[in-house]
Amino acid sequence: MTRLLRNNGWVVGLSILLVVLFVATRIIQPQYGAGDFGSLVRAVLPYAFAVAAQTVVVIAGGIDLSVAAMMALTSVTAASMMAGASEEYALFVVPFVLAMGFTLGAVNGLLIVVTRVPDIVVTLATLFILQGAALLVLDAPGGGIAEWLKNLIVGTVPISGIPDTIDAWIPKALLLLGVLLCIVWIPLRRSRLGLSIYAIGSNQLAAFRSGVPVARTKIMAYAIAGLFAAMGGISLTMSTGIGAPIPGPYLLASVAAVVLGGVALGGGKGGLLGPIIAVFVLRLLRTDLTLLAIDPNVTAIVEGTIMVVVVMFGAFITMRSRSS
Amino acid sequence: MTKQPLLDATGVAKRYGAVAALKNASLSLLPGEVHALMGANGAGKSTLVKILTGAISANSGRILLRGEERDIRSPANARRAGLVPVYQEPSLIPDLDILSNLRLTRTPVEPFREWVRELGVPDLDLRETARDVPLAIQRVLDLARALAVEPDVLLLDEMTAALPANLAERVLDVVRRQSKTGRSVIFISHRFVEIAALCDRATVLRDGETVGVVDIAPGVEERIVELMLGAKVDKRRAAQTRSGPEARPEGRTRIAVRSLRVGAKLHDVSFDLRDGEVAGVVALEGQGQDELFAALAGSIKPDGGIIEVDGQAVRFTHPADAIEAGIAYVPGDRTEALAMQQSVRENIALPFSAVFRNWGPINRRREDAAVQSAIERLQIDTRAQREVQRLSGGNQQKVTIARWIAADARTLLCFDPTRGIDVGTKQEIYKLLRQLADQGKSILFYTSELEEIQLVCDRAIVIFGGRVVDVLPVGIADEAALTRAAYGLPRDASADVGILAHHAASDRAVTP
Repeated sequence: MTRLLRNNGWVVGLSILLVVLFVATRIIQPQYGAGDFGSLVRAVLPYAFAVAAQTVVVIAGGIDLSVAAMMALTSVTAASMMAGASEEYALFVVPFVLAMGFTLGAVNGLLIVVTRVPDIVVTLATLFILQGAALLVLDAPGGGIAEWLKNLIVGTVPISGIPDTIDAWIPKALLLLGVLLCIVWIPLRRSRLGLSIYAIGSNQLAAFRSGVPVARTKIMAYAIAGLFAAMGGISLTMSTGIGAPIPGPYLLASVAAVVLGGVALGGGKGGLLGPIIAVFVLRLLRTDLTLLAIDPNVTAIVEGTIMVVVVMFGAFITMRSRSS
Repeated sequence: MTKQPLLDATGVAKRYGAVAALKNASLSLLPGEVHALMGANGAGKSTLVKILTGAISANSGRILLRGEERDIRSPANARRAGLVPVYQEPSLIPDLDILSNLRLTRTPVEPFREWVRELGVPDLDLRETARDVPLAIQRVLDLARALAVEPDVLLLDEMTAALPANLAERVLDVVRRQSKTGRSVIFISHRFVEIAALCDRATVLRDGETVGVVDIAPGVEERIVELMLGAKVDKRRAAQTRSGPEARPEGRTRIAVRSLRVGAKLHDVSFDLRDGEVAGVVALEGQGQDELFAALAGSIKPDGGIIEVDGQAVRFTHPADAIEAGIAYVPGDRTEALAMQQSVRENIALPFSAVFRNWGPINRRREDAAVQSAIERLQIDTRAQREVQRLSGGNQQKVTIARWIAADARTLLCFDPTRGIDVGTKQEIYKLLRQLADQGKSILFYTSELEEIQLVCDRAIVIFGGRVVDVLPVGIADEAALTRAAYGLPRDASADVGILAHHAASDRAVTP
């Protein structure tokens, strides 16, 4: 039990912070209800996938600056392919775009491994390349999406055995996010590949000596990040109904949530749950500050300050518990 | 019974650019044998080990495993071929728990558990994160992990160096039994006692070549030392020593070190450094010399003991404190000391403009004068002075020394300052150090090239296993004597003294 708490202390702490924020939201805005929560989750969706992508790469000891650009490209690709096409065609588009994200991510990894150029430089370069490619696919926001995909994140599904009042608080978007993240993350976490990703992030030399194929593992980490980014791109199109070629604010938000989520930027440490909760914390915080009618510029300052304070506090706690 | 070698490596060579790390190494390992791999610093031991375990690949050479040619391209490959290494530094992934570490290398858990118990760690929690396990236990876990896969060839690189005596005893015992089951062990150690107690044969490397294979028998250590040094022994014995070092009067004690203890490597070191002397420090790799120099230079804090400067006990918390006390550190790796893209002038002037109270405008004229005189004094080739990185290695090293001459440091801590520079510049640096000493400055000089001791130093402090084992006057500090001392062998060892005489040697070193 104590070990569980020690190893997951960060996640527990973040969850408490999230609950506190919810309570604060209800105090500020007593009529904040299930519908508002649903739109929060829909807004969080692309952020959450960007964070998942970044988390995998950071755990492997790298960083991916091309996340947002990758999301833009996959989003416009999906939107332009589905524009005016039949509903069934989307069944082909979704796996195609996911495969595209996976491949582009793998290319990122391949470039880093083969050229030995630092990851930050390679992904910065691919950021520009993907950004340009997105504009080639669609030079202005446009395209379309299959209705059933759009409906996938609107409203709730009735779950038998759960009263409606609670069910209303479980929007489809949240279920979709949970299912998609689990489908990729849980098998990964239990496989040797997942172990290897943690290993190369923790200590590359030791991993190499333990017989881990370092290059292949790194490529796979970036490929999985690409897959998550493609999910993020599709979710963008799902929530807006169109594709936008200019990348959104997802890159810096993803790094922020990764750090706040207890993943060491040096690699090897942390999980997926922390960053996902962190991204909810950051978005809900922004909602609260908006509800309080605080100047948006001040909002950004508050967000930055909270991040530094939380990370410092966390490091302080870890140091204390280690020395005792 | 004819014995086919289990592992047979011949003609192994490895080049890094123009530098040959290994020229022609060979190693033949019989089944069931414990085989020592020996050689002085830089002889190529670690390169050979890395090649055998697939960490790097050789440029040429043949490696036969049970008579079959094998191409070991990666550590995973070597593992599958039955070659499992235990390296000097722990190789568990620090952020994973032990169980995950086992899964990563596909190590069966039950045998691992048994070996861990066997090695003297009864209560191990497999859910513990590797980072939280004490270092000595991590070494044991490394070994247990290797043993659990029942390797044909076990490579132990300085395995016992970081172990407390009781664990080391257990480890040696397990290794000895391992060989009884027909498996072989390659054993690398600087401790003759262990080698005598454990090994059947030894392969000796010198300058990247295998120079001999000897059976371990009492008295063989002399032969091994000879092999490690080669023709150098005779050459050095004939060479004349520097004239009249004893003639000078003894200076005041500048730095006094008493029972200094730093980290896990340096246990108990005491010596004095006087004004006007160059004291040599001799040690095999990783005997605590790095920690000693870092503590004196103020970059790490000692765990115990006293450092006195001019009779005053000091506690350095930052290199600036040491510099303030006139103690300057000259590292062997020049990239550690220089701002490579900056000019020679800026590099030399750095220490006297880096102090906080001097952050105001720079007095250009005074700085220029100091820098210029230092450049002339050291005859630094200034044709490429705009960027230090374009200077030759020797000239770069001169810049690192010039900086402290310009800053008028009273004590220089030179850590292998002539590493990788040409012979001519080496001579100039020797001369310079001597001149500085004659002016009353004090110099502590660690070198991995033993012949430099007699060229530069007034005496040699020998460190082994984190302790001062001997202080040799320069007259008798030839390479053979230094090598013997550096391996912890008694000073007057002769052919008829058995290897186990080491115990006597260490006893003597401990008693004052």
